Amino acid sequence: MTRLLPHPLLTPALTGIWLLLNNSIEPGHILLGLLLGWIIPVLTIRFWPDKVVIRKPAVLLRFGFIFLYDIVVANFTVARLILGSPEKLTPAFVKLPLDLTSDVAISLLASSLTLTPGTLSARLSEDHSYLLVHALNETDPDTLIATIKQRYERPLKEIFESC
Amino acid sequence: MLEYFLSFLILTGALLTFIGSLGLVRLKDLYTRLHGPTKATTLGVGCLLIASSIYFSTYTENISLHEVLITLFLFITAPVSAHLLAKAALHLNLHSIAKTPENDIEAESSAADNTELSGNTENTGSGGSGTAQGNPQKAPDQIRQ
Amino acid sequence: MLAVTIQIAFALVTIAVIMSFFRLLRGPDMPDRILALDTLYINTIALLVLLGIYLGSALFFEAALLIALMGFIGTVALCKYLLRGDIIE
Repeated sequence: MTRLLPHPLLTPALTGIWLLLNNSIEPGHILLGLLLGWIIPVLTIRFWPDKVVIRKPAVLLRFGFIFLYDIVVANFTVARLILGSPEKLTPAFVKLPLDLTSDVAISLLASSLTLTPGTLSARLSEDHSYLLVHALNETDPDTLIATIKQRYERPLKEIFESC
Repeated sequence: MLEYFLSFLILTGALLTFIGSLGLVRLKDLYTRLHGPTKATTLGVGCLLIASSIYFSTYTENISLHEVLITLFLFITAPVSAHLLAKAALHLNLHSIAKTPENDIEAESSAADNTELSGNTENTGSGGSGTAQGNPQKAPDQIRQ
Repeated sequence: MLAVTIQIAFALVTIAVIMSFFRLLRGPDMPDRILALDTLYINTIALLVLLGIYLGSALFFEAALLIALMGFIGTVALCKYLLRGDIIE
């Protein structure tokens, strides 16, 4: 089972991408997509060492919606900051201590931080204990850390590392 | 009605793309400049692609969803390239308005320089996208120490 | 209505391309230039998508997808070169 279907989530994702690429839902394309979705994970098994398990799909869905909303808000915040005077900006580097341990969760956190308001993940420490975050306009690092922890890190921890 | 909505999406998209590039010109150091293209430009192009998807779905017979693929791809890749650029800039110790946490950066970059000076004899694993591949990146550091 | 909007959007994105070029030529450091290239390819995708809507042709989609893929790989390769002094290890 695990050798024939190493990543159960990858197969539907690849099938979906194949159907989107061909822009059709004909039975032939679905069949070909399923075949590709099965054979690509089997052939590239060496590149996917860790198995991704989503423990709470409902939390992931809610996180997705919060995240999309935040992207839109982030864009207008950043647009306003760029149009305002650049001299008034107070950029800062903030060290964000990480509670997450799995690689997938950390990379998702880093990516969502980059896409959301005024922050950009700049460097992950070698022992994965903290993430260096660059904030575009930040005067209160402690609040920022608290917000990130509460808004992004906790749901990610629930989804990927249920405790 | 639909035409107004499409026009709104296209204008928003173009404006956000424009503002992202404006940030590239106006802001003062690399780290602040990184914010413009990663956020504004990504959502700008996303808006344009959604407009394109709606346009082709309504004005031709076929439903056109393949623009979603580019949007998805951009949203996945933009943070990765921004992260790599920020990492490269920290590695090169570029000028920054914000105070960089110097001590560990200098320690790390000097360690990295040493490895480069000693010739790339050891098999330094792939750097990859940094966050996505934790383990292969850890390996060379352990060799270093 | 839509035709006028698309022309305004063309103008905005073209100015964005010019500003990215300014940063590409000006520098001052390598990461700045790579960032400018990165922005430039995203702007090109925007231009292609707009052209697709303007001409009513879905043919430009493949080109935009290819630019997105190649642009990302190019950015990553250049960053790796800066970080390690080597692309293929």
